[in-house]
Amino acid sequence: MAISIEDVEHVARLARLALSEDEKETFRRQLSDVLEHARVISEVDTEGVEPTSHTLPLVNVFRDDVARPSLPTEEVTSNAPWAADGAFRVPRIV
Amino acid sequence: MEFETIIGLEIHAELNTASKMFCGCPTAFGGAPNTSTCPICLGHPGVLPVANREAVADTILLGLALNCKITPRSIFHRKNYFYPDMPKNFQISQYDIPLTADGWLEVEMEGNNRRVGITRVHLEEDTGKSVHIGESGRIHGADFSLEDFNRAGIPLAEIVTEPDLRSPEEARAFMQLLRATLEYLQISDCKMEEGSLRCDANISIAVDGAMGTKVEIKNMNSFRSLFRALSYEDERQRFAIKQGETLVQETRHWDDAAGVTHPLRSKEEAFDYRYFPEPDLVPIEPDPAWVEELRGRLPELPMERLRRFREQYGLSDEIAVMLTSEKALADYFERAVETGQDPVELAKWIAGDLVALLKDAVVPIQSCPLEPRGLGELVALVAQKVISGKMAKEVLKEAFDTGKGPKEIVEAKGLSQIADAGELDAVVDEVIAANPEAAEDMRGGKEQALKFLMGQVMKKTRGQANPEMASDLIKKKLT
Amino acid sequence: MDLTFSGALEIAGLIKNKEITSVEAVEAFLARIDAVEPDVHSYINVSADIARERAAAIDSRLSAGDDAGAFAGVPLAIKDVLSTRGFPTTCGSRMLEGFVPAYDATVVERVNDAGTVMLGKANMDEFAMGSSTENSYFGPTRNPWDLERVPGGSSGGSAAAVAAGEAPWALGSDTGGSIRQPAALCGIVGLKPTYGLVSRYGLVAFASSLDQVGPMTRSVGDCAALLGLIAGHDPCDSTSIDEPAPDYLTGLDGEVKGMKAGIVKELSSDGIEPGVLERFNATVKALEGLGVSCEEVSLPSFEYGLSAYYLIAPAEASSNLARFDGVRYGYRTDLESDDIWEMYDETRAAGFGGEVKRRIMLGTYALSAGYYDAYYAQAQKIRTLIVRDYGRAWDSFDVLVSPTSPSTAFKLGEKMDDPLTMYLSDICTIPVNLAGIPALSLPCGLAEGLPVGFQVMGPPLSEAKIMNVAYALEGVLGFEPRPPLD
Repeated sequence: MAISIEDVEHVARLARLALSEDEKETFRRQLSDVLEHARVISEVDTEGVEPTSHTLPLVNVFRDDVARPSLPTEEVTSNAPWAADGAFRVPRIV
Repeated sequence: MEFETIIGLEIHAELNTASKMFCGCPTAFGGAPNTSTCPICLGHPGVLPVANREAVADTILLGLALNCKITPRSIFHRKNYFYPDMPKNFQISQYDIPLTADGWLEVEMEGNNRRVGITRVHLEEDTGKSVHIGESGRIHGADFSLEDFNRAGIPLAEIVTEPDLRSPEEARAFMQLLRATLEYLQISDCKMEEGSLRCDANISIAVDGAMGTKVEIKNMNSFRSLFRALSYEDERQRFAIKQGETLVQETRHWDDAAGVTHPLRSKEEAFDYRYFPEPDLVPIEPDPAWVEELRGRLPELPMERLRRFREQYGLSDEIAVMLTSEKALADYFERAVETGQDPVELAKWIAGDLVALLKDAVVPIQSCPLEPRGLGELVALVAQKVISGKMAKEVLKEAFDTGKGPKEIVEAKGLSQIADAGELDAVVDEVIAANPEAAEDMRGGKEQALKFLMGQVMKKTRGQANPEMASDLIKKKLT
Repeated sequence: MDLTFSGALEIAGLIKNKEITSVEAVEAFLARIDAVEPDVHSYINVSADIARERAAAIDSRLSAGDDAGAFAGVPLAIKDVLSTRGFPTTCGSRMLEGFVPAYDATVVERVNDAGTVMLGKANMDEFAMGSSTENSYFGPTRNPWDLERVPGGSSGGSAAAVAAGEAPWALGSDTGGSIRQPAALCGIVGLKPTYGLVSRYGLVAFASSLDQVGPMTRSVGDCAALLGLIAGHDPCDSTSIDEPAPDYLTGLDGEVKGMKAGIVKELSSDGIEPGVLERFNATVKALEGLGVSCEEVSLPSFEYGLSAYYLIAPAEASSNLARFDGVRYGYRTDLESDDIWEMYDETRAAGFGGEVKRRIMLGTYALSAGYYDAYYAQAQKIRTLIVRDYGRAWDSFDVLVSPTSPSTAFKLGEKMDDPLTMYLSDICTIPVNLAGIPALSLPCGLAEGLPVGFQVMGPPLSEAKIMNVAYALEGVLGFEPRPPLD
């Protein structure tokens, strides 16, 4: 399965990754290889087979509706690249 | 060409649980930025969500109230997209297997019933809030946004309707009924202005039965703006069709100040949410016994109560709708009815003067200083002709302002009408004796004289004579 | 006696009997770290001062006669993918350089409660993506058995630290073989527990439905002990099994006679290096010598395991790693940008390394509109087939065995340009993660001077059984994890 540079650009936009032209070509080639290898799975007959997203038989795991103390404010932004007055500062949303 | 307006709504209601959907942070509205946050709702590396049982119960309860089927096994999905108000850059939501689906809610519109299909009610987490800070005066674009995650992770019920609404009026009526339903279930604060209840709409115009182009409207923050936005859009689309223009399938933003919708532009390309089952959560299989227990918790819902109020108490449509739009108001009314006074009179007083007083004072009915028993007292005083209707208005106002009982106010101020026949008889005799000329004129049939004598009686009783009784007495004695 | 090549149980005993203090134990390992780190580079951050302080505090508690935990004063290395409150947690990524967590992972809490002393955070492939530890932003770890070679990955730092005597034991994480493969390549014991047995709370997620934390140790006994510390229900993890974990240590009796072992055909023939195969076959003989009947079994869907894994794991990773965006923590681009989307794109482009970006791209593609059914959904169905294959095998066998890795440690740089070849390193370990079952890698000797791992797999929650098989084998193999490093 060969994928195009346009596919790579589209996926990079969804994944929010800036890619150089070289990286685009490298990823195009490598992703094509991996997907080519993965083609074997499309040949498997999975008619009537349920997908497994969990290997656990667990259901109904809940917590009680009890409020706990939140994080001390100084810890909330202590790792933030850019914070102001307890809020996280980001470039404008266009 | 025959036009038909087709509207469907997508409503988000914040659930009023004590803690957030997937962590223990409190859900209080407002507060300084990021004071209700923890590693989980901030999406720190390594954290995991654990679902709030109460939020699941609330959603099932809502599903039951909206006549939905409860899904035997539902799962959470991740909805992936980047946005700075989303801590994880994915939202935990539900996708093709919601908690509840396939129900309906019936709205009464001027005697016409409209059964609106409910496609689904699902559970998800709310996002944070971006506050845009503009410094547009500068040459450099110094604009930025501040992110506050206090709201991030608050449980959100999403209600999607079928495109069954046929006018902006119907959409508003539906939304009001849905709000009342949420309020009756006591699962949401339902404050559109604070954003705890939000509504988006899809609207299109079918021409001669053929489906039209669907337009999504966002940013309607009150019932009024919902109605205005849909009316505007209805007109805009009808006009465009008449002009032979082609409508575009798009999302439009309602500008409340300008009273128009305009296309929402974003540098972002069309979203591809890449939904997939949330691997950090396990499926929900509501125990049928739990569902039955929740069903047992369903209160009488607004439409049932409205119908009962009309039948049982003989209330008019308008007043019944008004009283049942809010559970606490309807409860207040029914507690007042327990005093044995006339329900119609009680309802008039609540829907009229009392609601106006509450509105002016910005006081919810729950904290009304006048108890339902007090209102019964007031209505009784009028019925027993102790005070007049006009006096009652003043007494109500004073009772509302001071928290004193109506009886207490009437007695303290000596306001009560002289409705005692014996007492009034003596006063009338005195007035006749003191005004022989007027009495003579009265005997001669002069209307003016009755008015004069009535005035004298009122003067002598400082306005407390029951006017009807006084007038009858004068007539009896002088004709 | 060389303390740094002693096991954790042994050190715990010495401290308990007051033959040594915790401070002495910690100092011995810190000295060893000083000596070999320039060559091996097992750690991203060594917590020397914190460790000394904690050891001293534990010593004074012990001398006061207090109970300071079952493993009071025993040093430990922790893979840098586990959140440690107040101490940097980088996941081997520039994205988290200098990031200091606000909370402890549940497993970190548990090993702390047991009295262990963290020596530092072990190196790893960035966000646990890789099979060689070459994908660490902080530089590769080298295999103590041959410094020209990789230690395996992604828990290569943990494996190398234990093998090189820089820690008596370590915590690792395993998504597709990240505990077992480096354990095999470094000649130590590594166990991937049943999915749900050990809490994932505080384990920085790679692929949530596959990740598990597990022990990496010098012996099966230490493995049982460390698993005992970390296993058991955690209300902070919805996928945590709500059952008490057994006492694994007392279950180790070496009684395996009469058990049946299946040799997985698909994992022990094609593509396996001759030296590895030779050691594997010899180990099967040893197993038969212990009274275990061994027989070949075919699990046909395993052929598709690798492909399914390299769709499922990247898909989940693409979503799990979306949170690294330069807003709340971590790296943010220096580029002055007035556009949020550009800030995201540049931050993630510079903050993530090549392998992480490759997997994010692959996973995003597999989930995107139009491809979901063909890739992600189909891979999840393949997963069902693998679960079924295992399920059938358990009807006939107590355990299944295979080599852990198709090769011994390869040279640094050898596979870096060819992702697909690198991915093949995980071929024997991946089906275990897809099925959520437990598996252990036991060192079973050397091939041309490099360690070979023997993988023992069992049904869900059969940790006690597979450890017992490994324990019995360990007794007859007599392998000593002591690389010729000095």
